[in-house]
Amino acid sequence: MSQPTSMFSAELVVPALGGSLRKLHPAQLVRNPVLFTTAVVALLLTVLLFVGQTGLSLGFQIQLIVWLWLTVLFGTFAESLAEGRGRAQAASLRATRSDLVARLPDGSKVSAATLQKGAVVMVAAGELIPADGEVIAGVASVNEAAITGESAPVIREAGGDRSAVTAGTRVLSDEITVRVTQEAGQGFLDRMIALVEGAQRQKTPNEIALTILLVGLTIIFLIAVATIPAFARYAGGQIPVAVLAALLITLIPTTIAALLSAIGIAGMDRLVQFNVLAKSGRAVEAAGDIDVLLLDKTGTITVGDRQASQFLPLNGTSPVTLARAALVASLADETPEGRSIVRLAQEAHGLEAPEVPAGAEVIPFTAQTRISGLDNAGHVVTKGAVDAILRSVPEAARGTAATELRRIAEDVARQGQTPLAVAENGVLLGIVALKDVIKAGVRDRFAELRKMGIRTVMITGDNPLTAAAIAAESGVDDFLAEATPEDKLALIRREQQGGRLVAMCGDGTNDAPALAQADVGVAMNTGTQAAREAGNMVDLDSDPTKLIEIVGLGKQLLMTRGALTTFSVANDVAKYFAIIPAMFLVLYPQLSVLNVMHLATPQSAILSAIMFNALIIPALVPLALKGVRYRPVGAGQLLARNLAIFGMGGLIAPFVGIKAIDLVVAALHLA
Amino acid sequence: MTSATLVSGFGLILVFTALVALLAKPFGLWLFAIYEGRQTPLHRVLGPVERGFYRLAGVNPDQEQNWRQYALHLMLFQVATVVFTYAILRLQGVLPMNPRGLPGISPDGAMNTAIAFVTNTNWQWYAGETVLSNLSQMVGLTLHNFLSAATGIAVAFALFRGFARAQTSNLGNFWADCTRITLYVLLPACVVYALYLVASGVPQTFASLVNATTLEGAHQAIVVGPVASQEAIKMLGTNGGGFFNANSAHPFENPTALVDFVQMLSIFALGAGLTYTFGKAVGNTRQGWAILWAMLLLFVAGASIVWWREAAGNPMLHHLGVMGANMEGKEVRFGAAASALFATVTTAASCGAVNAMHDSFTALGGMIPLFNMQLGEIVIGGVGSGIYGFLLFAVLAVFLAGLMVGRTPEYVGKKIEAREVKLAVLAIVILPLCILGLTAVAVVLPAGLAGPLAKGPHGFSEILYAFTSATANNGSAFAGLTAGTPFYNGLLGVAMWLGRFLVVIPVLAIAGSLAARKQTPAGPGSFPTTGGLWIGLLVATILIVGGLTFLPSLALGPVADHLTGAANLLY
Repeated sequence: MSQPTSMFSAELVVPALGGSLRKLHPAQLVRNPVLFTTAVVALLLTVLLFVGQTGLSLGFQIQLIVWLWLTVLFGTFAESLAEGRGRAQAASLRATRSDLVARLPDGSKVSAATLQKGAVVMVAAGELIPADGEVIAGVASVNEAAITGESAPVIREAGGDRSAVTAGTRVLSDEITVRVTQEAGQGFLDRMIALVEGAQRQKTPNEIALTILLVGLTIIFLIAVATIPAFARYAGGQIPVAVLAALLITLIPTTIAALLSAIGIAGMDRLVQFNVLAKSGRAVEAAGDIDVLLLDKTGTITVGDRQASQFLPLNGTSPVTLARAALVASLADETPEGRSIVRLAQEAHGLEAPEVPAGAEVIPFTAQTRISGLDNAGHVVTKGAVDAILRSVPEAARGTAATELRRIAEDVARQGQTPLAVAENGVLLGIVALKDVIKAGVRDRFAELRKMGIRTVMITGDNPLTAAAIAAESGVDDFLAEATPEDKLALIRREQQGGRLVAMCGDGTNDAPALAQADVGVAMNTGTQAAREAGNMVDLDSDPTKLIEIVGLGKQLLMTRGALTTFSVANDVAKYFAIIPAMFLVLYPQLSVLNVMHLATPQSAILSAIMFNALIIPALVPLALKGVRYRPVGAGQLLARNLAIFGMGGLIAPFVGIKAIDLVVAALHLA
Repeated sequence: MTSATLVSGFGLILVFTALVALLAKPFGLWLFAIYEGRQTPLHRVLGPVERGFYRLAGVNPDQEQNWRQYALHLMLFQVATVVFTYAILRLQGVLPMNPRGLPGISPDGAMNTAIAFVTNTNWQWYAGETVLSNLSQMVGLTLHNFLSAATGIAVAFALFRGFARAQTSNLGNFWADCTRITLYVLLPACVVYALYLVASGVPQTFASLVNATTLEGAHQAIVVGPVASQEAIKMLGTNGGGFFNANSAHPFENPTALVDFVQMLSIFALGAGLTYTFGKAVGNTRQGWAILWAMLLLFVAGASIVWWREAAGNPMLHHLGVMGANMEGKEVRFGAAASALFATVTTAASCGAVNAMHDSFTALGGMIPLFNMQLGEIVIGGVGSGIYGFLLFAVLAVFLAGLMVGRTPEYVGKKIEAREVKLAVLAIVILPLCILGLTAVAVVLPAGLAGPLAKGPHGFSEILYAFTSATANNGSAFAGLTAGTPFYNGLLGVAMWLGRFLVVIPVLAIAGSLAARKQTPAGPGSFPTTGGLWIGLLVATILIVGGLTFLPSLALGPVADHLTGAANLLY
C-alpha cells in the first residue's frame, strides 16, 4: 500500500475542493438529509435576497447566506477529503492492474480482461499473474508487494493452504499453472480499488440508524422554528425569514451530519493502511461489537514453532537410546520441531547428526498416519502422536509399556507440552516433550481485552490437558482443544446463539465455513481462495494477531461517530442562548437578560452563531479523519472520559467560540 | 417570607421524594406479580371474576399476541369505548340516573370528553357537578378512569416484555393484561384508598344534593355524590378528572392536609412502582432504580423551582407593598408549598388533578408544570405512559452517547438499531408537532384568540398550556382559557387522541422489534445503564432533546411573562 500523505497536503486538498462542489448535486446531496436541508434553506434565502422584503440590511443578509452555503460546502469537503485519501491508493493499485497479459498453455497471449472463470494460464518467472486464481501445478516464489506492500517473496504452490494467487503480483522464480477463479473485473484487486475509492460505499447499519436520528432531530427543530412566526404574530411582531433560517440551521445537527460519511470512509481507510481489507463497512462496525475472539494458538498465542524440551524414556530404556532414535527419526524432518529435536539430542547428549543414509527411505508425515520417520534397510525408527505410534506397534509389543507411555504423555501434556512418542522397530522407547513458547506480552494483551469486555478463546489441535496448561499460562479466557473445523463452527454458532458476536481468523479451506459464520472473519492473504472468499476481511500481512487491532479500529470508528454526535447535539444549548434573545428582542426587550454571552448586537449574535456552526465543521475534520483515541479500558471509564470531553466540551465550547467570534464581528463592524 | 418557611417548603419536597422512593419497591413487586401472571392472594377471591370476563368476551388469556395484534386489539377497544361514552354523554338527558334533569351534551363537547377520558387525559372543559348526570359520571367516565389507566400499564407491560424476552413475537395478551391490572391492582387499591378517604371526610353517596341552612339562615344546596371512589382512581390512575370543577382544591375532594399529602403520593405510587417492575422484568433491579433516580432528580429540581418562585411572591404585588408568597389561587388551607408540590406532582405525572389554579402561579412557577408536560410527562409520569415515554428517551440517550464506548448501542441487553430509533423519534416528534403546531394555529385564528382570559405573554401561556396538557394527556388546565368552544373542543380532542395513540403504537412496535431480537449479555464492555453517569446522561438528553424544542415557546410565554412582570408591565 502506498503510504498516506499528510492529511492536509495540497495534493489531497485541491482535488477535494473540486469534489466538494461536485457533491452539491441534489441527487448526491439528498443522501445527507441534514446538509440537504441546509442547502435548501441557503437557496431559499438566496432567492429571497432578490425578490423579498426582509427589513434586514443587505450586508447582513449576504453574510448570512455566504455562511449557510459554506456550512454545506464544509460538509461536502470533509467527505471529499476523506475519499481523496482512498483515491490516491486506488490510483497506485490501478496502475498495477492495467495491461495485464495472460499466457495460455498453448503459448498464445491474450488480454487478461478476456479471461473467463475456469480458464488456465501459465505464469513464469518475471511475469505478472493476470488474474486471481489457484495454483494447480508447480511452485513459485511470488512478490506480492503490489497489494501487501511487503517486498519479501512468498511461496505459492499447488495443493495445500498456500495455493491462492492474486492478479497483479509478480512471479520471481519457477513457473506455475493457474486456474482462474474470478471473472475479469471482479478480482481481488478490482474489489480493493472499489473499496478504497469508496465507490461502492453503502451506509452501515449504525450509520443508517444515526442518519434517522439526525433526520428526526431536524424535523423536531423544524417544527420548533416553523411555529415561531405564529407565536410572534400573537406577540404583535414579525421575525425575518433569514433569522428563522439561521436559528434552524444552527439547531439541526449539521456538525455530525457533515462529518458522518467522512468518519466512515476514514475508518475504512485506517484499516487499509493497516493492511487489512474489509469487504464492507458493516464488517468494520461489527468488529467494534465483538464479544468473543477466537484465536489460533499457533502464531497468535505461541510463537509458531514448538521446541523439543526433554527426552522422557520408558523404564528400562536409557535416555541416550531414546535421544538417538528420536534424532534418526527426525533427520529428514525439516520442520522447526524436527530440527529442534535434532538440536536437543546434540546438545543434551552430545550426539552427532549424520546425513540421511543413502538408500534410506523417508516415511513422510501425513494427516492420516500422523507418523514420520526413517526406514533404513528395515531399521525403522518413527515418531508421532502417541495414539498413532501405539497403533503402529504390534499388540504384543505394547504390554505395560503402552500404559507407561500414556502416563508419561499425560504428565507432559499437563505441563502444557506436547508429547511425541518414539518407537524403534516396533518397540516403544519413550516420549519427546515439545514445549510451546508463549509470545511475549500476550498475557497483558488478554487482560486488556478482558477489560474491554472481550472474551478470548484459544483454538488448538492440542489435547485438552496441553491446551489447559497453555491457556493458563497465556491468560486466555477459554480454549477449544482438539479443534476440528466442525468444532469451530459449532462454537461460533453457540456463542452467537447466546447473543454474542464472534471474530476469528483463518487461512485454510476447511476454515471457510467458520469464517463465513463468524461476524468478523479475517482471512489470511496467504490462505486459500476459499478462505479469502468466505471471510469479510482479508489481512494482507497474514498476521493473526491483528484481529485484536481490528477490534480496536472498529471501536474507534463507532466512538468517533458517537463523540461527534454528542458534541453536535450539546452545542445547541449555547446556540439557543445566542439566537433566542436576539430574535425576540423586538417582541419583548426584557428577554435581553437571556443574552448571557453579552453578544454585541442581535445581528452580531445571529451571525456569530451561524459562523461558529459552519467553522466547527472544518475544525473537527482532523478528528473525524484520525478518529477519537481508543484505550482498552472498560465501557464505564470510556464513557466518563468521552462524556467529559465531548459532552461537557460540547456544552461549553460554543459559548466560548460564539463569544470570541462575536468580538471579532463587532470589532470589524460586520454586523 | 421567612427563610424558615422557605426551608420547610424544600423539606416537604425532600420528604415527599423520599417517600415516593420507598413506595416504588412494594408497588413494583405487586405490579410485577401481575406482569408475570403469577397467582396472588387476591386471585382466590377475584379469580372466578377474571375467568368469567374471559368467558363472556370469548378471550383466551393464554393466547399471546404479537405487537400488531396487541396494538389492533387495543385500538379497537379504545375506539369502541369512545363511541360508547360519546353516546352516553349525548343521550344523558333521556337516560336514567339523572336526578337533576341535565340535558345531553353538544357533539363537540361529548367528543372531547369521550376522548379525554379514554386517553387518560380527563381534560374537563365543563364543571362536572353542573353538566354531568350521575350515570355519565359513573358509567361514562369513571369506567375510563380504570380502563385508561389499565391500558397505559398494559402498554408498559408489552414494552417490558419486548426488552425482557428474546427471539419471540409474543408480547402478552392485551385483554388479559388489562383485566388483570384492573382486577388485581386498581380495584383493590381503590377500595382501600376510598375507605381511607371516606374515613377522612370525603363524601360517598348516591344522593345528589344536601340542603343546608347556613349560619346566616340562607338555604344552600350542596352537591355531593360518589366522590371518594372517584377520588381514589383519579389519583392512583393518574386520571385527574375530579368530581368537582375545583378538583382537589374542593374540600370534599381533599379535606385535610394529610389527605392532600396522601393524594400526592398516590399519584406517583404506581408510576414509581413501574420503574421497579421494569427492573425486575429485565432481571436487574438497578436498571429500574436508575430510571427512578433520574425521574426524581428532574422532579426535585422542578418542584424546587416552583416553590422558590412561589415563595418569592408576585413582583407586581411587591410594588404595591404586599409581601410574602404568591397566594393567589392557592390552596390556602395547606399553604403555598403544598400547592407548589402538588402542581409539580400532578404535571410530572399525567394526572392533572389540581389543588391550586396553575394560571395564578407566578410566571416561572407556572412554567415548570408546563415544561413537565412538554417533556412528555415522563417524570414518574402517567401510569404506564410515564415509564414507556421515559424508555423512549432512554433509547435515544443510549443511541446518542452509546456509540462513545465503541459498540453498537445496547439497552438492557437489546441492541438499539435503525428501527427502534425511527420509532422512538416518531413517538417523540408527536409532542412538538401537536403542542407547538396546534398552539400556532390557535394563536393566529380569531376562534383561538377568543379563548384566553389574559392578554400578552400570559394569554399565550394559557393557550400553550391547554395544548400541552391535552397532547401530553395531562388534563390539568391553566384555567383562564375558555375552552368549551367547538374550536377548542375539536382541536384539543385531536391533540389528546394523537398525543396518546401516536405514542402508544410506536411504543408497541418497538416492543415487537425488541422482542424479536437476541438478548446480548452485558459485560464490562457494554454501555453502563446504571449508576450516576447514566442518570446524568439521561437527564441531559431529556432536557436537551425534549426541552430545547420548547424553549422558543417558553421564552415567549412564561419567561417573557416573568420579565415583563418584573419590569412592571401589565397587558
